[in-house]
Amino acid sequence: MNVKHFIEDKLLIFEVNEEIDHHTSERIRKRADYEIERFMPKKVIFDFKKVNFMDSAGIGLIIGRYKLTNSFGGELELVNVSNKLRRVFEMSGILKIIPITQNFSNEKTG
Amino acid sequence: MEFASKSANEAFARVSVAAFVSQLDPTIEEIADIKTSVSEAVTNAIIHAYPNKDGVVKVRALLYEDEIEVEVSDTGEGIENIEEAREPLYTTKGNLERSGMGFTIMENFMDELKVESIVGLGTKVTMSKKINKALQKNTY
Ligand SMILES: Nc1ncnc2c1ncn2[C@@H]1O[C@H](COP(=O)(O)OP(=O)(O)OP(=O)(O)O)[C@@H](O)[C@H]1O
Ligand SMILES: [Mg+2]
Repeated sequence: MNVKHFIEDKLLIFEVNEEIDHHTSERIRKRADYEIERFMPKKVIFDFKKVNFMDSAGIGLIIGRYKLTNSFGGELELVNVSNKLRRVFEMSGILKIIPITQNFSNEKTG
Repeated sequence: MEFASKSANEAFARVSVAAFVSQLDPTIEEIADIKTSVSEAVTNAIIHAYPNKDGVVKVRALLYEDEIEVEVSDTGEGIENIEEAREPLYTTKGNLERSGMGFTIMENFMDELKVESIVGLGTKVTMSKKINKALQKNTY
């Protein structure tokens, strides 16, 4: 996972670049929590552009990070979610509280 | 195929079944549905059937003319109340950040899902899906 910090905006971007399942989500979760806890961001963005597989472990991962970010008063957003991944998220209903933004690019600011 | 209940084998299991079903010329969406469902069933066997030990997870896949059937079985703890376990959001492992959506996903992404289990003996999940439903490839 690639992590980008934007100090002035208190923005944290996680670019996940592997399949998300029970096996990989534990490592992703540890890294994400470490960054969120020390940086206490106003906003956390999960970028799924390079994720070509996700099962229900991804739902648990996002709900957990949503709660943690919220506990510091921050927001969480999902970007570049393919239809394949969206169908998994939709099962759980979490998209009612966590927004998705498509065609997101942080190239110019990064 | 049979393998040890290690989480590193989850990807191996779903990729193997996806390669197998590709003979039926499924759509990209159908392959994704099958991969996700296999991943759910195999992960369940690894986390819930054998919570504190290693065990064996068995995956069998059968191809029919226009259908795949996948059977995932374990000889682990078993499920006490299957009906309850299949409900959306029901999980016994909320502390491990499980969302309780595994069976719901299998049910929605496959055409049929059967769960058989005996406490102390193990669990068998059988799921099937018609391939290329949208294209109706067998009608001409
Ligand atoms: N192979 C199994 N052996 C024993 N118990 C199982 C097995 N599969 C499922 N269960 C039980 O059924 C419950 C529901 O399973 P389900 O896959 O729907 O949710 P989960 O695994 O808890 O969470 P998620 O799949 O969303 O990460 C589990 O919490 C567990 O108690
Ligand atoms: Mg599960």
